[in-house]
Amino acid sequence: MMMKMVLRRILIGIGTLWVVSVLVFIGTSILPGDVAQIILGQSATPETLAALRAELGMDRPWFVRYFDWLGNLVTGDLGTSKAGGASISSLIAGRLGNTMFLAGIVAAISIPISVALGLLAAMYPGTWLDRIVTFATLSLISVPEFFIATFMVLILAVQLHWLPAIAYLSGNESGWQLARALAMPVITLVIVVSAQMIRMTRAGILNVMNSPYIEMAILKGVPRRRIILRHALFNAIGPIVNVIALNLAYLVSGVVIVETIFAYPGLAKLMIDGVQTRDLPLVQACAIIFCATYVVLILIADIASILSNPRLRQPK
Amino acid sequence: MNESNIKGEDIVERLDRFDELPDAPPRKRIKLSWVGKLAALVVAAWLVIVAIGPSIAPFHQMDFAGDDGFLPGDGEFLLGTDYLGRDTFSRILWGARTTIGISLLSTLGAYLIGITLGIAAAVRGGWTDTIISRINDAILSLPTIMLGLIAIAAFGSSIPILIIMAAVIYATSVFRIARALALDIMVQDFVESARARGEGTWWIVTREILPNAAMPLATDFGLRLVFVVLFISSLSFLGLGVQPPTADWGSMVRENLQGLPYGSYASIWPAVAIGSFTIAINLIVDDVSAESGGSLARKMV
Repeated sequence: MMMKMVLRRILIGIGTLWVVSVLVFIGTSILPGDVAQIILGQSATPETLAALRAELGMDRPWFVRYFDWLGNLVTGDLGTSKAGGASISSLIAGRLGNTMFLAGIVAAISIPISVALGLLAAMYPGTWLDRIVTFATLSLISVPEFFIATFMVLILAVQLHWLPAIAYLSGNESGWQLARALAMPVITLVIVVSAQMIRMTRAGILNVMNSPYIEMAILKGVPRRRIILRHALFNAIGPIVNVIALNLAYLVSGVVIVETIFAYPGLAKLMIDGVQTRDLPLVQACAIIFCATYVVLILIADIASILSNPRLRQPK
Repeated sequence: MNESNIKGEDIVERLDRFDELPDAPPRKRIKLSWVGKLAALVVAAWLVIVAIGPSIAPFHQMDFAGDDGFLPGDGEFLLGTDYLGRDTFSRILWGARTTIGISLLSTLGAYLIGITLGIAAAVRGGWTDTIISRINDAILSLPTIMLGLIAIAAFGSSIPILIIMAAVIYATSVFRIARALALDIMVQDFVESARARGEGTWWIVTREILPNAAMPLATDFGLRLVFVVLFISSLSFLGLGVQPPTADWGSMVRENLQGLPYGSYASIWPAVAIGSFTIAINLIVDDVSAESGGSLARKMV
């Protein structure tokens, strides 16, 4: 029964991925109008326009172009960039690795911190510790990512001179240099992602704390610490795993800002450059990668909550 | 009793009695904690600046008033000058209108689109509902910043495009809430009895559904406005939103970042402006929803 639900959710996920591909295709191939005109810009003559349209296959009907594009996408051919005509796969290859590296480090640091702080706040609700955590995280989720990044630069680079403000990666740094270059983007993203995760972890545990078996434990005199660590935590693991996957998905938008502000050579920076120069094939490829990652992480979050909740294993 | 026997006074008397019928619960007054009151004051101050900011600003937003870029704050330039020697304080006052104005218009647009489609989907049901809901789910399943980037790559960036784009993107979440609320209200007894009386769909929508959905939607407006401010200013920060030389808080942070290593706070002040506005709204929403059981905010996010 449970496998059936998970399979159903995966099928829905695949459906969503397909709709996403249609949306991205419409956004980058149909809405802009004449891509050939955009590429050639001022230098367009009727002859070069017609030639480029034929070369891009723009003279074919849109659904033929869509399935052509989808077929190439599935086989890993992402097309050619407008700038210099390089193949997009080669442009993306290194950048994607850099972004995954950044996201991986952020996840490894922020998950333990958030779960611990969320637990602490839930363990002592209403105390000063809880109020400070709640107020600080509410403030942090209310401000844009670049706000946090700017203040980190102000404090850590300008006032304290601890870290360089910009992350240039040449590929042959020593471990220490690499760590220093990465520190600023990582710290910023950890703060952005953790704030949300702490709030959701705290809410998840307090939610479990309202259930009758916890009341029972309180009534028979179990200490609060023990109730949370032995009784509540295990039942909150499902929601917490769900929270973690959701927040890794939120990393997608954080990464866009942070890579730009710190000049980190990742996929998001590549995409922003593509948007600025209106390099539509490049934007198309990056958007598909980001959106697919997002959809898959949300899918994992949903599957985690199905697997961890015995009540969801039996459909009503 | 024969109808013709009723006199004018009788009717008035009956109407008077109607007034005392206990069916309407007393209006709940929203009480704010002192944090909430302070936050409300901050939001009100910014809204006043949106209205009159450009007329009280000492300089025009495009006035190269200072002799040099990144001057520190003094008597003439309260918060110093930016990278081109423009007065940062004046530009923040001008920028309030751009940043908050665009966000307000977008959020209002999102509400107009979202509520119209949401209630239409709930009332019509069937295929209309399925098609609108499926498209809505698909858009909702993407990160907003990606949708923004794709739209800007497609159309370029200008203020009307930003407003329309943000309105359409955030209409998806308003749609979901409005549709859920409308579905809830539609099965209530008073809607049934209105139907039985023979009231038309339009009457039911405007007299029964909208008034009952108004309060939850109003609380959600604050949250949505914060998201839109963050979205618009993030795009501006990336250089893809409001274009220079128009003053806008997000682009002001970006333009002046280069001054940060030299000790210029020209990029800090607009960031503080954004933060004070968005944090204040969230504190109010938090206060209001804690008052009404705390469930609201959790459901809406």
